Amino acid sequence: MNSRIIIVNVIRWFLLLFVQIFLLKNMGFYDLSTPFIYVLFLLLLPFGIPNILLYVLAFATGLALDAFYDTMGVHATACVVLAFVRISFISISLNRDAIDDPEPSLSYMGFQWFSLYAFLCVAAHHLVLFFLETFRLTEIGYTLMRCGLSCIFTLLIIFLVEFIFYKRTPR
Amino acid sequence: MRNLWIFISRYNAFFLFIIFFFVGIYLTVKNNAYQRSVTLNSSNEIVGTAYERLNVFKRYLNLGMVNDSLAAENAKLKSQLLGLTTVDTAKDVKVVDTVTNQQYTYLAAKVVKNSVTLRNNIMTINKGTDDGIKSGMAVIAPQRGVVGFIRDVSPHLATIQSLLHKDTKISVTLKKNHALGSLVWGDGNFDIKKAFVKEVPNHIKMYVGDTVVTSGYGSFPAGVLVGKISKANVATNDNFLSAELNLFTDFSTLQYVYVVKDKRADEQKALESMAKPNE
Repeated sequence: MNSRIIIVNVIRWFLLLFVQIFLLKNMGFYDLSTPFIYVLFLLLLPFGIPNILLYVLAFATGLALDAFYDTMGVHATACVVLAFVRISFISISLNRDAIDDPEPSLSYMGFQWFSLYAFLCVAAHHLVLFFLETFRLTEIGYTLMRCGLSCIFTLLIIFLVEFIFYKRTPR
Repeated sequence: MRNLWIFISRYNAFFLFIIFFFVGIYLTVKNNAYQRSVTLNSSNEIVGTAYERLNVFKRYLNLGMVNDSLAAENAKLKSQLLGLTTVDTAKDVKVVDTVTNQQYTYLAAKVVKNSVTLRNNIMTINKGTDDGIKSGMAVIAPQRGVVGFIRDVSPHLATIQSLLHKDTKISVTLKKNHALGSLVWGDGNFDIKKAFVKEVPNHIKMYVGDTVVTSGYGSFPAGVLVGKISKANVATNDNFLSAELNLFTDFSTLQYVYVVKDKRADEQKALESMAKPNE
């Protein structure tokens, strides 16, 4: 069971980064809306993961992305923020002892919880990402617009993927 | 101590977040040219404003000394003027027009930022392209002594690569026998009152106390006083001698400098560039 989770996550990591780097990197609407689907990997890590491991994974994933985007540290920082939001949101919204689902995916957690969870994480990630990329507050309107539109695009793809791999589980 | 550990492990998510977040920011600023330039520029702006404020006080404190130097210079100029006005024009002599044919003109500028403690020191003055300053012009100190070269110019400001910089090299001669040498601050020298004359030919005799002046071969006019030799005939490993000298310029209290405009600089450069390098 445990090794299965690890294998699934490793495969998911490679798949998502592959799609992100070779497909979605070349996609975008007028430089306004660029999807970052690879955050789904961090969203779907199992509940039981220790905090330190989560941060290390987030940082490493971000650095891997940075290597391909030539933006050393930007994605890594954004992923770390996402990890923090994920930990905070899970600890606030769920009772730690009552969690019996393996991972926070749409099929286990239901649409309502998962949509709020995904929205908060993705929004935090994109905010940090775009503000680190522009690195100034003078174009704040444009940056926020890019951030918002990219959020919508990313969430759209995340839901698409989640519905495709939807497992009907007895709830 | 135990409580502290409990506190930290209880909120480990937050503390880990802080650590990773700042590592990420550090990486971003360190490795991306654009982000680094934004950070440096904004911090430079703050530092620059602080320096400007500080400068106001410093100027006030040094007022007495500046007054003295201005008075001394005034006296010198007055004596020169006296010499000019007492020329007997009634005699039939050929008068050389020194006004329209003057090669060098001097432009006074105020130092707004100065540094003397670094390996490569750069200062900033309050005159720029609007006042006709170009990169490469020579800069001299008010009474005597050299300062450096103009490095970068903006409309109202210019930076000077001072003599206290590893790339600055000024052509100088001994006043006594016109032996050529080049003036550098010297590697490993951090004394702002000392500099070295290098590449003096071996057969030249130098003595302690000899005066060194500019040679006039670069953008400096000939005969600007540079300093007095304090340690002569320092042997180097090559076929040249070098000497240590005490500079006349006191870089630490410099407030006004003169930028030397050479009217024939462009002409000279154009003429000299005609010669082919491998003739």
